[in-house]
Amino acid sequence: MSWESVIGLEVHVQLATNSKIFSGAPTAFGAEPNTQACVVDLGLPGVLPVLNEEAVRMAVKFGLAIGAEIHPYSVFDRKNYFYPDLPKGYQISQFEQPIVGRGSLTVHVEGCEPQQVGITRAHLEEDAGKSIHDAYAGLTGIDLNRTGTPLLEVVSEPDLRTAAEAAAYFRQLHSLVRYLKICDGNLAEGSMRCDANVSVRRVGDPELGVRAEIKNINSFRFVEMAITYEIERQIELLESGGTVARDTRLYDAERNETRSMRSKELSNDYRYFPDPDLLPVELDQSFIDAVAADLPELPEAKLKRYVAQLELSNYDAAWLTQDPEVAEFFEAVFAQAGNAKLAANWVMGELSAALNKAELSIAESPVPAATLGELLQRIADGTVSGKIAKGLFDTLWQSGGDVDTIIAREGLQQVTDSGEIQAMVDEIVAANPDQVAQFLSGKDKVFGFFVGQVMKASKGKANPAQVNELLRAALKK
Amino acid sequence: MDTDLSLAGLATGLRERSFSSVELTAALLAQIAERNPQLNAFITVTADEALQQAAAADAALAGGDSSALCGIPLAYKDIFCTRGVRTTCGSRMLEEFIAPYDATATARLAAAGAVMLGKTNMDEFAMGSSNENSHFGTVANPWDDTRVPGGSSGGSACAVAAGLAPAALGTDTGGSIRQPAAFCGVSGLKPTYGRVSRYGMVAFASSLDQAGVFARSAADIATVLPHMAGFDPLDSTSSEHEDPWLDACTTQPLGTARSGRIGLPKQYFRDLGVTEASLQSACQVLEASGFELVDVSLPHVDAAIPCYYIIAGAEASTNLSRYDGVRFGHRCDNPQSLEDLYRRSRSEGFGAEVKRRILTGTYALSVGYYDAYYLKAQKIRRLIQQDFLAAFADVDLIIAPTTPDIAFKRGDLVDDPVAMYQQDIYTIPASLAGLPAMSIPCGTHQGLPLGLQLIGPHFAEKRLLETAASFQQQTDWHLQRPGQNPQAADSGSET
Repeated sequence: MSWESVIGLEVHVQLATNSKIFSGAPTAFGAEPNTQACVVDLGLPGVLPVLNEEAVRMAVKFGLAIGAEIHPYSVFDRKNYFYPDLPKGYQISQFEQPIVGRGSLTVHVEGCEPQQVGITRAHLEEDAGKSIHDAYAGLTGIDLNRTGTPLLEVVSEPDLRTAAEAAAYFRQLHSLVRYLKICDGNLAEGSMRCDANVSVRRVGDPELGVRAEIKNINSFRFVEMAITYEIERQIELLESGGTVARDTRLYDAERNETRSMRSKELSNDYRYFPDPDLLPVELDQSFIDAVAADLPELPEAKLKRYVAQLELSNYDAAWLTQDPEVAEFFEAVFAQAGNAKLAANWVMGELSAALNKAELSIAESPVPAATLGELLQRIADGTVSGKIAKGLFDTLWQSGGDVDTIIAREGLQQVTDSGEIQAMVDEIVAANPDQVAQFLSGKDKVFGFFVGQVMKASKGKANPAQVNELLRAALKK
Repeated sequence: MDTDLSLAGLATGLRERSFSSVELTAALLAQIAERNPQLNAFITVTADEALQQAAAADAALAGGDSSALCGIPLAYKDIFCTRGVRTTCGSRMLEEFIAPYDATATARLAAAGAVMLGKTNMDEFAMGSSNENSHFGTVANPWDDTRVPGGSSGGSACAVAAGLAPAALGTDTGGSIRQPAAFCGVSGLKPTYGRVSRYGMVAFASSLDQAGVFARSAADIATVLPHMAGFDPLDSTSSEHEDPWLDACTTQPLGTARSGRIGLPKQYFRDLGVTEASLQSACQVLEASGFELVDVSLPHVDAAIPCYYIIAGAEASTNLSRYDGVRFGHRCDNPQSLEDLYRRSRSEGFGAEVKRRILTGTYALSVGYYDAYYLKAQKIRRLIQQDFLAAFADVDLIIAPTTPDIAFKRGDLVDDPVAMYQQDIYTIPASLAGLPAMSIPCGTHQGLPLGLQLIGPHFAEKRLLETAASFQQQTDWHLQRPGQNPQAADSGSET
């Protein structure tokens, strides 16, 4: 009998506010340790938290974007536990009454139908500081810069069935928060951290298996690898007659394995209760409406528009809308070129390959969107052939410049004068009687030989469509 | 010089140059130096800072500053963080803690020109009713040094009663201003929850803690209150309630109330014990002044004490988690592990009563007990709030005893925490309901003061203070000083 895995993700999204969720200290990454922690972050006696309204606005924005219910009344709770990088001895979070209720996200896995993944809730909380265990021999350093950074914890339903789906969900979430501009999406700096709850069961079993939680995974690839490993580990364990222990595990990317974090599984009692230092968050409809009015076109709507209006394939549309900067670039190219399919092919092909090779983001492209658009415009209007355009793109990539100026300077205009092409066609047909005979005897492939010869004779500048047309006519004579 | 003047009298003296703030401050510092070794009202006396502040106030007065508090020396309970001056909260845990910020309440008073004499003794983390839980020793009741001054703001009550400060700040969570005010024969106001910012006030129970004032009269309290009250963006629970009267208080003398309906909770008045005679005579004074006295019922006040000790303990148990020896406060020597650091730092830094409340509070919030204790206590709290709201639909004010008895002897209750908790039986309900309440002297028993408690609707401090002022026009209990009139005729005498 085969196994089915059941996966739910909890993703901590670091909100891109300027200051912390309950204090005025800045949130910028990478400052000297303990220089961005004020008296509130340090938990000194008598200081009090004050809620950052911008964090609330961002949470509402996210909730609206996933079609969730925005709770007009939500409550901050204290989650109590002792740890040196948790200055107050409790984390302020939302437990029973989160700000964002049930919503969903559409996830695209290559080769599968788009899938709706349920989101149980999303709540606001403060981040803890960092314990640094390797900087001082025998001592632990505490850096409280991160303390109080606003987080939105997004909890999915256990709707995911494969590691690939889980990774796609994480990607889609990453895409969404960047569209919303509520998170910088920098996984390497920990701006999005994922905990995965993984269990397996026999196909058809209505009961869920015992789950393990893999903590703090911070890349798309590792999400997929960690979950794949964990599923296999659990199946092996069960098939060899063992049982899965409910535990918390860490993924070790170097060894590609998950390991139990705690030898004995203590059931932590966090003694949640409403934080008496903070009032409940009460949102009025006008606040929610104002946030709704400010929502950008979301990736899913954009994808549907690309398919319906631009007649792009679902795959292309998904590819182009994943990253808001890519979509923005594509739209600028398309606006100039006027041909969506051509723009899509170039952004996904030539440009993407060159960017990958140079390890650049699309925002850093040496060829600006407008320039690429002009180049494609010259393909579309027949000024240059696709092949010539690729060479021209390399020139633009290396040394920049204006498309039309380079075309004129280098004499790259496509030959569209049918008389000139006719002359070349006639000459080549006459010079190759054997190949003509082969073609006439039914060897269609030889046609390519003639095209190649004409293009060579024209130094690539002949209009391929005209070459085709005139060659066919000449060969049929 | 005579430092035993009302705040209005002191302000007039300063303005008319009868004495300078430096002279006044120096005179009070001299009395503190003389009497504090016996009374132990102050943990820290800030003599140098006080004289500097007084000199600055004298300059401001010379420049025409018209603030009623300019140059007036005050004492602050050692729970208010004061930049550069240690704030111990009565605990070994914070014995050497110096905050890099000021509490909003004291910062506002300083901005009004008040002079800080020092930081007064208190029960550790404001947990106690006798001031016997201070790491810095017990405080004497100035009327009888074998007795307690009450708590937790015992040092502030003692300082005002002994004439070491004309007024002092305290905090009240379940009675910590009103009970010591009653025991020491001074006036003490706990304002409405949220009236005064809690920022910079070391937290005990956040939903109950409220800063207030001790002084010799309602009029003196009304002089101090407006300079510390009002919304504070640093405290989300501080109220934005606008009160033009408070602003008016800074320039006009307090009025007196002469009419209104006063409720007598039948749950309290059926057995007043030793407070009977003074409460009855206070009622007669009020009635004669024009007030109408009616019976009211507060049916759920019986449950107030357990309800309070669960909620306050629960909040305290997590408010005090930050004292872990990692960043500030007491840290044990040579910790062997993280757990050892926590265990020993906290075991050594906290006293017995604080530990007791952390443990009971932790228990009340634990899985499996939360519903039975914390949630149930919250429900009772709402019922008590509703009791008061229902009563205030019929009456303008409620009166009650402040304490069940006169100040008890030192050591009498230290081994019986439940009996100690019973001391707060009359003060806790108003705390749970977030209502303004004050205690004013209303008589004596065995020559020791007793307090009359006035409880008002939310933000009705004006009504409380004007009623108290009216009572203090008719009586002289608030003018009696310890040692002046030993074993005088008890209770009931009117002037």
